[in-house]
Amino acid sequence: MNGYIRAALLIVLALCALGGLPARALDANGQLEDPALQARFEHIAKDLRCLVCQNESIADSNVELAADLRRQVREMLVAGKSDDEIFDFMTDRYGEFVRFNPPLDRKTALIWGAPFIVLLLGVVIIIRIVRGRSRMPLDDEPSPGPL
Amino acid sequence: MWKFLLPFAAFIALAVLFAFGLNPKRDIHALPSPLIGKPAPPIALTDVMDPTRPVNNAEFKGQVYIVNVWGTWCEACREEHAALLEIARQKVVPIIGLVYQDQRDKAKLWLEQLGNPYAAVAFDTDGRTAIDWGVYGAPETFLVDKRGTIIYKFISPMTPEVWRREFLPRIAAARGAGA
Repeated sequence: MNGYIRAALLIVLALCALGGLPARALDANGQLEDPALQARFEHIAKDLRCLVCQNESIADSNVELAADLRRQVREMLVAGKSDDEIFDFMTDRYGEFVRFNPPLDRKTALIWGAPFIVLLLGVVIIIRIVRGRSRMPLDDEPSPGPL
Repeated sequence: MWKFLLPFAAFIALAVLFAFGLNPKRDIHALPSPLIGKPAPPIALTDVMDPTRPVNNAEFKGQVYIVNVWGTWCEACREEHAALLEIARQKVVPIIGLVYQDQRDKAKLWLEQLGNPYAAVAFDTDGRTAIDWGVYGAPETFLVDKRGTIIYKFISPMTPEVWRREFLPRIAAARGAGA
């Protein structure tokens, strides 16, 4: 029995390790020579939305626009541009929507704040329910049987 | 009482939200362009019909013009082509074509077969001009004023109705503004 559990655990761990492998960029000859640049490239490409497919990043997408944008990001990296300069280049042309992680500002405050607002709402509702219940008679407790 | 009204109000609120969200007339892929109010990016390419002939939108500065992004792979572009031909016949403003993600001979054949509404048709060889214009599909149509500022972008096939409703008033206003 113990052996089965151990084997199952090992399989789960192996799968987790696989999931953690960095996503492969699609372009076969697109790997940047400098590994530091390549790491920055992968990070940036994952944060840029492919506007044709909209729920895919340009790192994951196969469409031509995504390939063009990946080339653009690589060229700017090689030219020594900072991450912010590259993101600014993209948002200047495609708008904030091109970023999966839009920076926190007045326009995006609601997006970033919404989960906390909902959480707060949930807490309030739970408190109300619990308070309401604690005032109710405990009628669903098993009635004490004859001694 | 509020115990019954509250879920009802929540339901109405959701229904209204969904009515807006699911409105079939709303194109979920249409995004507002951050380029509106900004100077039109340069187009410095060559003509589809003749690779030795340069196409440069700087030459159109001083007049209101339209940039129409299309490709032969784009079904919706075929759909809007008749409307573009009609617009060209009206000679209100020149239309610059920008061929996107395409092959030169295919685009040339398209214009020879369907007619050419464009004052000039730029061939975007590597998609760089399209990136500068924030293009993410086709057809897309930009309206540029005399100062070379983008004042409007329309994403979807052009129709005579869109032309009358969205473009003509803006063109008249851009002309009226002088400058």
